[in-house]
Amino acid sequence: MLRFTLTRIGLVLPTFVGITLLAFAMVRLIPGDPIELLVGERGITPERHAELRADLGLDKPLLVQYALYIGAVVKGDLGKSIVTKRPVSDEFFTLFPATVELSLCALAFAMIVGLPAGIIAAVRRGSMFDHTVMGAALTGYSMPIFWWGLLLIILFSGILGWTPVSGRISLLFYFDAATGFMLIDSLLSGQEGAFASTLSHLVLPTIVLGTIPLAVIARQTRSAMLEVLNEDYVRTARAKGLAPLRAIGLHALRNALIPVVTVIGLQVGVLFAGAVLTETIFAWPGIGKWLIDSISRRDYPSVQGGILLIATTVIIVNLAVDLLYGLINPRIRHKN
Amino acid sequence: MNATINAAVNAGPETSTAPAPPHPLREFWSYFSENVGAVAGLLVFAVVCLVAISADFTSPHLPNEQFRAHFLQPPMWQEGGSANFPLGTDAVGRDMLSRIMHGARFSLIIGLIVVTLSVTAGIALGLVAAFFRGVIEIIVMRAMDILLSLPSLLLAVVIVAILGPDLFNAMLAISVVYLPHLVRLTRAAAIAELSKDYVTASRLVGAGTLRLAVVTVLPNCLAPLIVQATLSFSSAILDAAALGFLGMGAQPPTPEWGTMLAEAREFVLRAWWVVTFPGLAILVTVLALNLLGDGLRDALDPKLKRQ
Repeated sequence: MLRFTLTRIGLVLPTFVGITLLAFAMVRLIPGDPIELLVGERGITPERHAELRADLGLDKPLLVQYALYIGAVVKGDLGKSIVTKRPVSDEFFTLFPATVELSLCALAFAMIVGLPAGIIAAVRRGSMFDHTVMGAALTGYSMPIFWWGLLLIILFSGILGWTPVSGRISLLFYFDAATGFMLIDSLLSGQEGAFASTLSHLVLPTIVLGTIPLAVIARQTRSAMLEVLNEDYVRTARAKGLAPLRAIGLHALRNALIPVVTVIGLQVGVLFAGAVLTETIFAWPGIGKWLIDSISRRDYPSVQGGILLIATTVIIVNLAVDLLYGLINPRIRHKN
Repeated sequence: MNATINAAVNAGPETSTAPAPPHPLREFWSYFSENVGAVAGLLVFAVVCLVAISADFTSPHLPNEQFRAHFLQPPMWQEGGSANFPLGTDAVGRDMLSRIMHGARFSLIIGLIVVTLSVTAGIALGLVAAFFRGVIEIIVMRAMDILLSLPSLLLAVVIVAILGPDLFNAMLAISVVYLPHLVRLTRAAAIAELSKDYVTASRLVGAGTLRLAVVTVLPNCLAPLIVQATLSFSSAILDAAALGFLGMGAQPPTPEWGTMLAEAREFVLRAWWVVTFPGLAILVTVLALNLLGDGLRDALDPKLKRQ
């Protein structure tokens, strides 16, 4: 297992270096002078221009610039936002919990609905339920989620008046962010109604962000189950008189879940991409919205740092899934 | 005597061998048409294509024509609506139906250009990686890994941020995002083919690398690529609409479905029709293409055929 772990980490390192290259190149590829972007529209004397270039290290050869950049990144210094003048990493990690909370809720929703739906669809293959689930899954998979969000707002906020339209919690509540996770913070604050308010703000974004992962998980679970249900050991389990539920739950499900775990891990990227849209619709103060806002404000250090951190998160989660996969499936582990 | 022998010889092959295999296209169609969803998807997609092509003649109004007396008019079946604007009008008095019909054109062109760009580049890079093993392969495949480590929409957003927001840059960005899957598919399929006898035979006869790659190997790798291209087509429509919605794709007043939704956002609680119809158009088109893609996969994948 150690060797397997080390090989996988070794495979990830070049990707990480590539990501830093991409982030480094990005700011230099943007047409126009970065100094002019910095000072805005007021104009600048040539002396001050040269001074700023030297300050930012832009007068050095590219290779030296890259080395300096890597040195700073390793120390956790991702530069400062042009707009707020705060370190990019501070901004990112202040907003990160909001996105993580939303993504975890969406993933939980997708799994709680998707796994049973996929299992039942496989067991009752060809039934009405199977067709409905697969039809719904394909529709969910084809869904423009930004439109789905607007539809849910029309129905639940506009017509029924059940849920709020935007934000993480009602403005009536105020408490310090102890963990950054509003569900936990609102409970800790002890204020009456705070937790309920958080929940009601969370419901629609969770459904919207969870829709595509839900569709993918349901489809994958169904096909993995179908494959396993045809195996001899499941037939043996049934033939020796095990109750169907036990044969399915114990013998089939365990093996069917192996590919499903991978698919769930792959949803992290989907969740980040979806977060950009979901957070924009619901004015959710997370990194997806922050990134889009930074781009429209031309705050390139923030974009650069944000991209690097998001890609790193995705790489780490995928690595973790890969390792977990090796742990639950010895065949993968010993192939290497 | 001779006549009977001749008759027996002539009849021989017909009676003793199996019937000739059906033409590949015919065989494909017989598998494809079994799948009701796929045929439905094909039909809907054909209708969307027809609407896109004929929008200039069939749409009731021009897509950007403003009717100042009819701001946010509801669809015809609702109170206050009129048959002149069947799906209602938007906030500046433009006919929703006409805009959606013209929007079909943008979505299809986006899909077509993205698929053409990414498939061409993907096949080229994939074949290069398969034929020139070693350093070139490592560089190409690592570069694809890097692109894959960023969530697709985020990568597209970043590329658009570098190039500047407009429809063409959005299409370019989406093409880059889809590249890794196509490169991997092509490379894997080509490597599998390269070890086969017919390739060795072709090489022995003296075929050059380019001929070997494009004429000998590529046609045998096409099945998975066709499926991936169909699915990329639908994802491209979806992603281009998302970019338009974020203000990073087509710019107003272009009647692109995602851009229309972005403009409609502030009226979400006042005028349901300006939000509902463009999104429905996206959903129906993408769903049709995905059904079509699933059908193609089932019909083209010989492993599934035998089941």
